Amino acid sequence: MSKKEMHKTPNLDQLEGGPWPSFVTGIKRLAEQNDMARDLLGQLETSYQTRTGYWKGGTVGVRGYGGGIIPRFTELKDGNGKPKFPAAAEFHTLRVQPPAGMHYDTATLRKMCDIWEKHGSGLIAFHGQSGDIMFQGATSEKVQSAFDELNDMGYDLGGAGPAVRTGMSCVGAARCEHSCANEQKLHRSLVNNFMDEMHRPSLPYKFKFKVSGCPNDCMNSIHRSDFSVIGTWRDDIQVDQKEVQAFVKQKSRKYVVDNVVSRCPTNALSLNDDDTLAIDNRNCVRCMHCINVMTKALSPGKDKGVTVLIGGKRTLKIGDTMGTVIVPFMKMDTDEDYEKIQDLARRIVDFFADNALEHERTGEMIERIGLVNFLEGVGVEVDPNMISSPRQSSYVRMDTWAEEADKWNERKANAG
Amino acid sequence: MSQLRMPIESGVPDPFPVMHPLMKKNFGNWKYHDRPRPGVLHHVAHSGDQIWTVRAGTQRQMDVFTIRKLCDIADKYAEGYVRFTIRSNMEFMVSDEKKVKPLVDMLTKEGFPVGGTGPSVTMIAHTQGWLHCDIPGTDASGVVKALMDELHDEFINERMPNRVHMTTSCCQINCGGQGDIAINIQHTKPPKINHDLVANVCERPAVVARCPVAAIRPAMVNGRPSLEVDEKKCVCCGACYPPCPPMQINDPENSKLAIWVGGKHSNARSKPMFHKLVAADIPNNPPRWTEAAEVVKKILRTYQKDAKDWERVGDWIERIGWPRFFELTELPFTKFHIDNWRGARASLNASTHIRF
Repeated sequence: MSKKEMHKTPNLDQLEGGPWPSFVTGIKRLAEQNDMARDLLGQLETSYQTRTGYWKGGTVGVRGYGGGIIPRFTELKDGNGKPKFPAAAEFHTLRVQPPAGMHYDTATLRKMCDIWEKHGSGLIAFHGQSGDIMFQGATSEKVQSAFDELNDMGYDLGGAGPAVRTGMSCVGAARCEHSCANEQKLHRSLVNNFMDEMHRPSLPYKFKFKVSGCPNDCMNSIHRSDFSVIGTWRDDIQVDQKEVQAFVKQKSRKYVVDNVVSRCPTNALSLNDDDTLAIDNRNCVRCMHCINVMTKALSPGKDKGVTVLIGGKRTLKIGDTMGTVIVPFMKMDTDEDYEKIQDLARRIVDFFADNALEHERTGEMIERIGLVNFLEGVGVEVDPNMISSPRQSSYVRMDTWAEEADKWNERKANAG
Repeated sequence: MSQLRMPIESGVPDPFPVMHPLMKKNFGNWKYHDRPRPGVLHHVAHSGDQIWTVRAGTQRQMDVFTIRKLCDIADKYAEGYVRFTIRSNMEFMVSDEKKVKPLVDMLTKEGFPVGGTGPSVTMIAHTQGWLHCDIPGTDASGVVKALMDELHDEFINERMPNRVHMTTSCCQINCGGQGDIAINIQHTKPPKINHDLVANVCERPAVVARCPVAAIRPAMVNGRPSLEVDEKKCVCCGACYPPCPPMQINDPENSKLAIWVGGKHSNARSKPMFHKLVAADIPNNPPRWTEAAEVVKKILRTYQKDAKDWERVGDWIERIGWPRFFELTELPFTKFHIDNWRGARASLNASTHIRF
């Protein structure tokens, strides 16, 4: 082990005090016995002094895969082109998919630590913004051996580049009474069906799946995923009126009126004279607010399923897009239901692969071609739940109106 | 050794083998929850089983010693099963209420703040920054550490109107995502182009296509093929920099921080919202980013004082209106707040609804 002196880090040292846990203190501890962490501190301190980043990408991978490793080579070099901090000149990250819902036992975490101490810098992030465990800091030589050991313990690389990316799902049914779906099963059924598209990047750009068990959307799936699956229900909110009365008694009528009844976005709630709650379930939009406030008295209904929204993403390139409804409701009970959602995902990813421009996300493609062309491309029929309002512009050719109206009437008749 | 070994494409691991036994047993069968104290959740199943969760903040980028210490705590004071939240908080599950206090005490003693539940400021979702990213304008872990030091009391207490989700991003791609408050890099000058390198490093048509405002065009510079930027059109977003590193967008002085508020992913009450610009031109000032922290604290204090229970930052501003927001926070309102991107008309006030 290195007996070399630590680099002076006056800037980073100022991130060691204070009540929040310090990543600097952690890296210093690693640096006591590993040169890579020591030189990482040297480069990071330089960044703090110059306000400049010094990493560049490259091509590093593991056998059989085209993605999943984030290569980093230093650009901080001396006059002769030699790295100023040679032990951290290569500092690659392995993106590794966590168990759905990010559950661990300590044996698993300890084993990961041992592997990463042996092959890497000893620095692990739980988790990156895509939902990967990020094993940060391996040399090109060690990437394969680190992956082999992680892979042998049942862990696989995640996505990077123009590929299906690592998915995310909430704690859901494992510990949350709001759960309207089996989040981890959905997450695994969807993502594991695209291993080729994840490990061998060949899509126009990234494609992300995220699963939230209820409309609170703790996985931020509407904002942050191309294919967002959110649990919901079709029947009535379950009410325990005795618990409603107890809640009113405990919190006061004013509290319930101000914080529950008047906060309902569709005025679907009313407090009865006997302190029970009347709910207009036909006009409930499943926003979750009243259920969030009165966890003991109210719960989602029993006829559960999911809503699918497509096209969420952040700014690049046309500006932010939210995911929008493609499937208002589908049941998720039987194997056939799971096959149906897998099939929908397959059609959407295939359509995306065939029709998106280079570096265009699904939401941008839909913006460019229009939702109707997208729906026709992926074989989904129009539904008024897909819009906030019908079109406002008359500039559209509608000479096939009668055919379209017939289709609608026929669907309605078939739905019985 | 690893010769000829091909990967096992196992994909997303099954969580059941590493899940707390009570969570396995009551999977899909939980009845309700409450919060006995900040940082602690108590869930009750239809079976009558109960589970307590203690949530602790971490530094996200953890060294193996820290992770082992957390594992030691999980083994000794909890039951050996943990999970992480989307915001890098670690959750320890226990089946006996008696274990909660010693666990909270131990985590606190070891420097892991217990909190981040209910109406608190939870851990900031963040990106990689100078530590590992190839295009960062600032650090991420450092900004978050500095801010969470300042907001520690709001993490360990539940005294906000509703939950506050903050994010930071070290470039305008905004990998940190939407937040009630987001602190993001905002470049203010066009890229500086190293024309000697462009031809060798960049696939020029791809770079031209990447620009959201069509400000980049191919050009011959000093007799070599390169790219030039129409600086009148350029919005300084940095989209050209990842595909073409010789178009350096990061600048120690001119890459600033901007603050955005009111993003919300939940469907509760209002529909999900994107965050909106409120402050910019804040210096990117390591190692403690004090100027950014001051603005954030001012917004938080105003929200804390003025918002009603259950209003997220975005809900609150929708109720009081943007003019009042700028009045209460004393942040300057400028021409840059008025959107001119596609769809911008939808953000204008097409009514006489005005508060005086």
